[in-house]
Amino acid sequence: MSQFPGESGLIINEPLLWEKERKGRCGYSLPKREVERQELAAEFQGPAPDLPELSEVDVVRHYTRLSQWNVGVDSVTYPLGSCTMKYNPRINEAMSGLAGFAGAHPLLPASLSQGALSLMFNLERHLAEITGMDGASLQPSAGAQGELTGILLINAYLKSRGENRTKILVPDTAHGTNPASAALCGLRAVAVKSGPEGVLLPESVEELMDSDTAGIMVTNPNTLGLFEENIKQIAEIVHGRGGQVYCDGANLNALMGVVKMGEIGVDVIHLNLHKTFSAPHGGGGPGCGPVCVRSHLEPFLPVPRIGPDQGQGHQLIWDRPQSVGKIHAFYGNFGVMIKAYCYILSMGPQYLKLASQLAVLNANYVKEKLKGTFELAYDRPCMHECVFSDARQAPQGVSTLDMAKKMMDYGFHPPTIYFPLVVHGALMIEPTETESKEDLDSFIAACQEIAKQAETDPELLHNAPVRPKLTRLDETLAARKPRLAG
Amino acid sequence: MGEKIVYPYVPNSVPEVKAQMMKEVGVTDIMELYEEIPEKLKFKGKLNLPEPILDEYSIRRHVEGLLNKNKNAKEYLNFLGAGCAMHFVPAVCDEINGRGEFLTAYVGEAYADHGKWQALFEYASLIGELLDMDVTSCPVYDGFQAAATSLRMAGRINGRKEVLLPASINPDMLLVIDNYTKGVTERFLDLVKVDMDPETGLMDLDDLKSKLSDKTSSVFIENPSYLGFFETQAEEIGKLAKEAGAEFVVYCDPISLGVVAPPAQYGATIACGDFHDLGMHMQCGGGQGGFIATHDDMRYVAEFKDLMFGLTETVEEGEYGFGEVLFDRTSYGSREKGKEFTGTTTGLWAITAGVYLAVMGPKGMAEVGQTIMQRSQYAAKKIGQLKGVEIKFAGTPFFKEFVVDFSMTGKTVAEINKGLLEFKIFGGKDLSSECPENTQMALYCVTEATTKEDIDKLVYALACVTQ
Repeated sequence: MSQFPGESGLIINEPLLWEKERKGRCGYSLPKREVERQELAAEFQGPAPDLPELSEVDVVRHYTRLSQWNVGVDSVTYPLGSCTMKYNPRINEAMSGLAGFAGAHPLLPASLSQGALSLMFNLERHLAEITGMDGASLQPSAGAQGELTGILLINAYLKSRGENRTKILVPDTAHGTNPASAALCGLRAVAVKSGPEGVLLPESVEELMDSDTAGIMVTNPNTLGLFEENIKQIAEIVHGRGGQVYCDGANLNALMGVVKMGEIGVDVIHLNLHKTFSAPHGGGGPGCGPVCVRSHLEPFLPVPRIGPDQGQGHQLIWDRPQSVGKIHAFYGNFGVMIKAYCYILSMGPQYLKLASQLAVLNANYVKEKLKGTFELAYDRPCMHECVFSDARQAPQGVSTLDMAKKMMDYGFHPPTIYFPLVVHGALMIEPTETESKEDLDSFIAACQEIAKQAETDPELLHNAPVRPKLTRLDETLAARKPRLAG
Repeated sequence: MGEKIVYPYVPNSVPEVKAQMMKEVGVTDIMELYEEIPEKLKFKGKLNLPEPILDEYSIRRHVEGLLNKNKNAKEYLNFLGAGCAMHFVPAVCDEINGRGEFLTAYVGEAYADHGKWQALFEYASLIGELLDMDVTSCPVYDGFQAAATSLRMAGRINGRKEVLLPASINPDMLLVIDNYTKGVTERFLDLVKVDMDPETGLMDLDDLKSKLSDKTSSVFIENPSYLGFFETQAEEIGKLAKEAGAEFVVYCDPISLGVVAPPAQYGATIACGDFHDLGMHMQCGGGQGGFIATHDDMRYVAEFKDLMFGLTETVEEGEYGFGEVLFDRTSYGSREKGKEFTGTTTGLWAITAGVYLAVMGPKGMAEVGQTIMQRSQYAAKKIGQLKGVEIKFAGTPFFKEFVVDFSMTGKTVAEINKGLLEFKIFGGKDLSSECPENTQMALYCVTEATTKEDIDKLVYALACVTQ
């Protein structure tokens, strides 16, 4: 196992924050209060919160140690399917952290925010071009909020035509947030089964699409890593019955410069700037989930809109009577937008396409190399990710979970597991274009060793992980007897 | 561009490597990988985007050029707030949230992300201490969404449909709440405003009483309010709400809680707010993050929509780790049957807020709260002494923001703010479109990052501009 990056190294123990406390210590320093003292009436005062008292070095060491028990794209190969864990270029971080942007207030008049507005205006234009759409809004803070925005847009559009539709079609391969964001708006999600080849069939949509259905939410490429090849026919059916086509663009990393969603029947698409456009995930945000729309949905986009610079600078436009209103407190997560903007500028049209091509090449490479090892859910060329199952290991009593945990012993972040739901015991691998062949080969070799152990010594896998910071957790205890605070 | 480029972010763009991998997968042209896509669906042109800027130095030059078109709080004195205030950010916060292990990770895996789960567990514990409540989840996008989700939680808890909100509510927050509650065929929650007393800004309790009924799902207040003052009748409002069987939802400012009583102490059943002021930069509004907290009561805990991490044991005696709690609440666990939806939110900011609270400790939070209050009171007093300028709601205590009424100066807020720019000052938020006709009011914000000298400079500039 020595050729793999996993090694039990210098792991430092660290207690919970408050166990390090010593009364009287202090980690802060604030400017002097040089104005006269004003007391708040006693009835409104509260006791000092019971926070730990720590020195600055305690805090830095604590969080540094915690960070060392954590892995990111910076640390390891992170083939987490559907999450596009690609490398996050450091120049983009540096630009987003520039003091001038960090200190920008969102409510400044447009004339004083021209740099920020110009960046957002151009980013909207670039995203619209990449998706083949006519307009965009950067306000949604992540993919799921983009979905919510998209549904609000569709609903507002249908209402403007005097229609009130109550259902929406959601394929069984969709991300879980799709039906959830539909339900948040009171739409009933109607599941559409994908066909035997793993893609949607027009006839299934035809059967379900009626005059009470607002449209369909399609993830393309879908969560099996397959291109929805019937998308155009499906869009024609949906449009023919007065509905709208929503595309979950979380998997756009396969298709930049190869397919324009606006040209193949999609009316609204959300993107994840923290996936396709290289902004980091931040361990769960902040992200940015812009929506791009065709022209008939533009009047409904959230306010304020950013107007073009026609010599007087960009303007903030609030007077949009059909707008769905606001989704975020201000413009959305501006820091993330800076990173995505820098990424697009640094790649240009040709290297964005190259990124997509090599993301697909990497996924197909993993698929080819591992299809003798794991059962391939659908044996056909894949897009940016490939989905296997534990069907060959299950007879030995080895599950996807066992294998995923073992991968950590070898020094790899596990792939997405048990998703998509349509594949029993799924292992969903998305290498992205930023993994080198050497790193992929190492990951593939680890998978092959694990599969061998499943045959020869399944117990090894049941006990995994043995090398990470922790041994196996009692997850039932965590769920049944919640201890939510220290 | 004829020259083949090995792209720095795409390691397999080395021609030999790419060729070898293509051979392994059995293609001779990279576009063969896209054979499954029908030809007629493919885009054959070249994206109409700017040509790439291929070196890091030129990207920097380009972005710094854009930045030069911006004015910001580093060059100007800033008195804008209204939901995004300029606070002091300890260097430690930037240091920790810039660490790649946190920055470049995903939401989580118990073994790979043990450190992050501990950090989020600690965030939840520290926010709980600050709010004097027991339960909080992973963060939400921003305070406005936290308000919206809190109200939907209340609706799920008691099955009622009407929300009573103060007339002074932040109008932008109301727009966000509306989007989360309006539903497609029928509203999930009806939003009804309760009048405010024009003199004090406080909620009109008679109007509240007349509107409370067995339909009332929750009574919502902001404390401090959007217009800066404290809702001094909060305890009474909470009592009335609970007598009517409604939830009492309080939106508060976490940086005030080192001095001001937390909502739980005056009866809030759900507390929420935005924690951008605990260690985030303003970032043109990109530093926001929302929190929701309740008491330890399963009726409430079960209605949270986001992930929660609980302490648990491992197979090794004495060792502890973290596991997901009540996963089936979430849309990850139950798709459309989950509570609203979860996903990527503001995890990195939550870790940062934990760092902030850890360095500040109880004394730091008390001191920062006192500093803010003293400076804002000083600023209001000095501004109120200017001729023709009045502090609105002057009799009601306030925290970091206050409304300045310029109506008697004969100048508009727009004119005044333009004049202040000559002094390199950003004046307060222009409320003229939100306030009664023929009034000219602005919302000023003063924090611990505003010195006495800054305030004196503002007062001098205002005197010049208004007189």
